[in-house]
Amino acid sequence: MASHTDTETGEAAALDGGAQIRFDKVVKQFGDNVVLRELDFSVQPGERVCLIGPSGSGKTTILRLLMTLERANSGTIQVCGQYLTHMERGGKLVSANEKHLREVRKRIGMVFQQFNLFPNMKVLQNLTEAPVRVLGESKAEAEQKGMELLELVGLAEKAGAHPSQLSGGQQQRVAIARALAMEPDVLLLDEVTSALDPELVAGVLGLLKDIANSTDITMLCVTHEMGFARDVSDRVLMFDKGVVVEEAPPEKLFNAPDHQRTRDFLQAILGRS
Amino acid sequence: MDAWEWEYAFSILPDLLRGLLVTFQATVLGSALALALGLVLALVRRSGLPILSQGTWAFIELVRSTPLLVQIYFVYNILPQFGITLNSLTAGVLALGVHYATYTAEVYRAGIDAVPRGQWEAATALSLPSSRVWTGVVLPQAVPRVLPALGNCVISMYKEVPLLLSIGVLDLVGRAREVASDSFRPVEPYTLAGLFFLLLSYPAAVLVRRLERRVGIAH
Repeated sequence: MASHTDTETGEAAALDGGAQIRFDKVVKQFGDNVVLRELDFSVQPGERVCLIGPSGSGKTTILRLLMTLERANSGTIQVCGQYLTHMERGGKLVSANEKHLREVRKRIGMVFQQFNLFPNMKVLQNLTEAPVRVLGESKAEAEQKGMELLELVGLAEKAGAHPSQLSGGQQQRVAIARALAMEPDVLLLDEVTSALDPELVAGVLGLLKDIANSTDITMLCVTHEMGFARDVSDRVLMFDKGVVVEEAPPEKLFNAPDHQRTRDFLQAILGRS
Repeated sequence: MDAWEWEYAFSILPDLLRGLLVTFQATVLGSALALALGLVLALVRRSGLPILSQGTWAFIELVRSTPLLVQIYFVYNILPQFGITLNSLTAGVLALGVHYATYTAEVYRAGIDAVPRGQWEAATALSLPSSRVWTGVVLPQAVPRVLPALGNCVISMYKEVPLLLSIGVLDLVGRAREVASDSFRPVEPYTLAGLFFLLLSYPAAVLVRRLERRVGIAH
């Protein structure tokens, strides 16, 4: 359970209206294992930020906290100027109720490593389900938008197929379309190509680059694809052991990193590929 | 006198078939109750509401660790003392249905647990309301997986219907006993009754096994 932060910190944070995502002294631990140590960081609207670093460094946890799949042990998270898992009541920060959580969460979409399409629904229904049930769109409206998105990801002819009939790359493109169907302000990408066969990776990354170039959606990506991070991101954050070791624009971070830890990591991961 | 007389055997068929109809009624109604109530019990247990889910757990344990026969007597003989009087078939269906609901509840639970965590997470990421997560995502994946196990519950119940004899329900076995005691010839009625059970429960078991294979392929 999230502990309640003191009011002063909360109000100070709330005054910073510019950032779309803001972590304030966020601590997350699983048992004795501290995954995030008082993490502070923020993302501006429309910014593309890639999180890199060794596994277990807490990158994915950041996305999962934002998607409310995990709760922070302490600290606050704001999305679009609103607290995510807290709400203000009588000048104090209290745990958010389900309604508040839903409202803030609607602005965020997520694409998972394992796609997580609903296997009991056809491809198009995977895309229309949430817009109809959550945004209150009519079925016709949602289906039209769904078809446009399938067009965008190059899978319009698969609208009537079941997810199990698609390749991993196709499933992931459908999952991207499903997240976009909710018209989120923020898109979270959690190692979206890690479960794909090598020959399918380029197609999915190409699609994400197109989306990055043609929209102003804020993107937060956890990735091991350094080429993708270099091409897409405005800023790269190097994580290790629950803290940000270094953050810089990709040209700087990949070509002239300041920290030995970053150099070692990049050498290990680039030397391998 | 032959051990088996065909003429006599044919003459008692109508009586036995009337009994079989009652067995069917009890099985169908009892199954409907068990399948519906079991789902409710499984959902309440998972609801996370402390008192309700613990109460449900206690109820399931209580029912599963006492004999069905005792529960049948309880419903039929003790409920009337609290002002609830049921005819014997209704009481029997209620006892069977509730008893098997505690088994189907566990079956549903296993099915729900088998739905990958990623499905819940995707539903959360899309902000689906929890009622829709259950009806649109989780149950449509959980229930097909456990259809064979639910089928086995129904078959077991079918074979337990004769216990309702204890409260005077004239099912297939009840009719057989009636015929046997009227004519002092037990061989034909009981053999035929056994045969009827076999003729129905064996194909049903084969069907369930085939379903199991199909579910195995689908997942």
